[in-house]
Amino acid sequence: MLDAPTPGRKLVEVSDLKMYFPITAGIFRRRVGDVKAVDNVSFDIYEGETLGLVGESGCGKSTCGRVILRLYEPTAGTIRIAGRDIAAAPQDELRRLRPTMQMVFQDPQASLNPRMTVAAIIGEPIDEHARLDKAARLARIYELMDQVGLNRNFANRYPHEFSGGQRQRIGIARALALNPKFIVCDEPIAALDVSIQAQVVNLLEELQDRLGLTYLFISHDLSMVRHIADRVAVMYLGQIAELGPRDALYAEPLHPYTQALLSAVPEPDPVVEATRRRVILTGDVPSPANPPKGCNFSTRCPKVMAICREVEPAFREIVPGRFAACHLHSDTDSNTTAGQTAAPEAPRSTQQGE
Amino acid sequence: MLTYALRRLLIAIPTLLFISLVIFLLLDLAPGDPLSDQPLTVPPEVREKMRTALGLDQSVWVRYVLWLKQFFWVEPLNTLDAILGTSMAEGQQRIVSWQFRSPAMDVIWQRMPQTLTVVGLAYVVGVLIALPIGIISAYRQYSWFDQIGTFVSMIGFSVPTFFTGVVLIIIFAVKLQWFPSIYDTTLRITDWSSFWQQARQMVMPVTVLALFNASQISRFMRASMLDNLGQDYVRTARAKGMTERVVVLKHVLRNSLIPVVTVIALGVPTIFGGAIITEQVFKVNGLGQLLITAIYANDLPMVQTLTFIFAVLIVAFNLIADMLYGVLDPRIRYD
Amino acid sequence: MPDGAQPVLDVKGLKTVFLTRGGEVHAVNSVSFDLRQGELLGVVGESGSGKSVTMMSLIGLLPSPPADVRAGAVLFGGEDLLKCSADHLRDVRGADIGFIFQDPMTSLNPVFKVGFQIMEPLRRHMGLGKAQARTRARELLELVGIPDAGRRLDDYPHQFSGGMRQRVMIAIALACDPKVLIADEPTTALDVTIQAQIIELVKELRQKLGMAIVWITHDLGVIAGIADRVMVMYGGQIVEQAPVGELFANPRHPYTRALLGTVPALRGPREAKLNVIEGQPPILTAAPAACAFRDRCAHAFARCSAENPARRPVVAGHDVACFWDPETGAADA
Repeated sequence: MLDAPTPGRKLVEVSDLKMYFPITAGIFRRRVGDVKAVDNVSFDIYEGETLGLVGESGCGKSTCGRVILRLYEPTAGTIRIAGRDIAAAPQDELRRLRPTMQMVFQDPQASLNPRMTVAAIIGEPIDEHARLDKAARLARIYELMDQVGLNRNFANRYPHEFSGGQRQRIGIARALALNPKFIVCDEPIAALDVSIQAQVVNLLEELQDRLGLTYLFISHDLSMVRHIADRVAVMYLGQIAELGPRDALYAEPLHPYTQALLSAVPEPDPVVEATRRRVILTGDVPSPANPPKGCNFSTRCPKVMAICREVEPAFREIVPGRFAACHLHSDTDSNTTAGQTAAPEAPRSTQQGE
Repeated sequence: MLTYALRRLLIAIPTLLFISLVIFLLLDLAPGDPLSDQPLTVPPEVREKMRTALGLDQSVWVRYVLWLKQFFWVEPLNTLDAILGTSMAEGQQRIVSWQFRSPAMDVIWQRMPQTLTVVGLAYVVGVLIALPIGIISAYRQYSWFDQIGTFVSMIGFSVPTFFTGVVLIIIFAVKLQWFPSIYDTTLRITDWSSFWQQARQMVMPVTVLALFNASQISRFMRASMLDNLGQDYVRTARAKGMTERVVVLKHVLRNSLIPVVTVIALGVPTIFGGAIITEQVFKVNGLGQLLITAIYANDLPMVQTLTFIFAVLIVAFNLIADMLYGVLDPRIRYD
Repeated sequence: MPDGAQPVLDVKGLKTVFLTRGGEVHAVNSVSFDLRQGELLGVVGESGSGKSVTMMSLIGLLPSPPADVRAGAVLFGGEDLLKCSADHLRDVRGADIGFIFQDPMTSLNPVFKVGFQIMEPLRRHMGLGKAQARTRARELLELVGIPDAGRRLDDYPHQFSGGMRQRVMIAIALACDPKVLIADEPTTALDVTIQAQIIELVKELRQKLGMAIVWITHDLGVIAGIADRVMVMYGGQIVEQAPVGELFANPRHPYTRALLGTVPALRGPREAKLNVIEGQPPILTAAPAACAFRDRCAHAFARCSAENPARRPVVAGHDVACFWDPETGAADA
């Protein structure tokens, strides 16, 4: 797990994905604009890898995770999981595809039905999608509980009788119930205490090794993403600012936003903290209903140039395997060949959106 | 806010048209004949003429459209005429009560004051009692005050008004003879003694209804206060060193009132609906009693008109409640 | 910060108990510490460790019932705050001791304008008139770096972003020039770039105004960058206390050491597997008679279950409540 992932088969292919939520106004509720929660996002996830999706609140990372599983209807773009088009699949086909793709939610308290026992929660997807007799069903539930480190004797307890970390284990067991290939982990540790976070992350890694799972790990915690992800995508205001292999991205971030984000993370070392110079971003993230002209980071970027306020930078491969949407790197244009590199790459988006 | 209100009003039109159709058809299809009261000696051809005179020979759709026109056009014009002294509606046929042989709206206007004084006052009194009880109950949750408040409102809410009403009549009118048991609608207030008489006859019906209203609203107030007392901003206010008075009566109350005010607004149409049972018990000659007698008499136009007025009021006060929300809560913007 | 400076706040043997339906929960167990003039004291611990409850107990911010501050003394400005009348305590709160809370989204009253909420303590504690209070409120908003301060006084909290709301909270806390500022997880609900802004602001304000600060957090990174001295809390007790450099360089308590190990690094070699503290934090239904960490401790031995270790000095300014000695690997004391 320490080395860069071997570029295997693409399991998830997302291209030019858009998720706009309409803004309506007036007596007749005319559509006057859109909240561009996800705006022209393209990336691939390879089988067995973990793609970290980081960004600040409101950047669209959770929406992105949900659209990929088609929990929302995408506005435009394609999503292919294991070769099947998810974005355009009709409802009954989508239902048949559901077992391959699952989700672990942020708040284990809110995402588990308080009136259902652990066994019922874990067993529900089995009842929906698989035909198992009573004994086989129970055996499967026990197996899942063992897998996530829950005591079998607690199968008939209710979620409120568990601690936060254990509840997240229930959520993971539920996600695993149908032997998925791909799991979207939406901030799975954000609601947990530090010492419990490590337990859950270790469990996720263990399960990945054992079951060959592919993760989209959505988080705002950059240190944790560095630990768990093979490649990392950084989102800002509905778009991917930078995407690349983990080590390269953390060692030498290309996009000024990634640089600022990494510089803002406090490190548990007083010596480092005392000497380090932070890039402090001024101001707040603009509204996704009214993103700035040109580069969407231009209003806060410490390295902003005249062109940034006019022209939206294309999301392109800067060095093999590393993508960024930034004018600072536009001089490397000519070197870029169209994705024939061995390293994982994401399809580039077309120029400038619309 | 204005566009929102306009939008809601536009939506209200099909809603009300649908309600009117349902009311009209339901009542029309209901068994019963307005002529059933007529003596059997009336010959069939005369009976037929009477039906024609009442417009009953027309098809149900013709009668519906006619009724709509009368309700939305003729009656409002008549009301305007009455207010402005004009005669715009002259010669237009009005909705005539079969029972009173006079325009239904005129009868309704006659009955309105009784209902408004008794039921309306009961509502106001109920609200005025309920708010402080709710506030104190929440602030001193599980105290003896709260326990008693809970007990009384349980009783007020669960014991029907025909029971409390009769109990009050037995105790205060029959045994103690403090108040009259029957409400005299012909009483005119001319001097202090007639005012006193009016006040005395209002005490019991108002008490019965106020108890009922207060028990409901005080529960709402209490729940809303409890919700807000646990909020972080309350801790902030205390951390600023504000006195408990300011914390509770300014910070918490201002937030708690938002849902309660809308509940109160939503309850206003029930005043016009009249308290059917209470008006019966105390013989208050109001809208509730009017509705009951109209139903007994198969007076279709009257029942249709009354029911539809309630529907209009409910739709209107729903809108008002939503608008109040927008006024009271700065976070809500309708646009 | 200068050692031996006068403590502004001196807490001795504080005990707070919650009376719940399931019995008593001993949230704070004989906590003693002091806060020196102008210093920034970091308090680290997980949820339920008693760090917030300790600070709330000091100035009567816990609702009672269920909370019951059973014992201890809180010496502030020559008096014991635990013995003060409720009225007098209100004069101290918001005037001499300011508070910032975790969630800026819910900590401001949604129906009042921000200006009004800043003016409230000014009028109450400093007796300012409306116009004066407004002027001062505008100055405060400028001080905490809110642009266009004069106009923003008339905005409601929902019109501010999370970071800006936390700035407003800071303005309220600092309104009456407090001697002590208690910040309860002030950046936990904020994004990292906004957190960096707030930390920078607090550092700057500290230089300018010189108040002492208690900064409660679970984030060791934040503590490393901002604190002068750190207390680590577990099970309602202070288990270790040291100057920040000393604590991170030379952690003694197994809990502190484990906590430092669970945080993945942002640079340098990447750990193959995260260190884990197995088990759950305890819920103390009685005053602890043994070490609260013993069940999750890798170094626990018989004595840890028999008695509750008292805090003992290791080197100057560094003390720890543990029998185990990381150098020898044996029980000492």
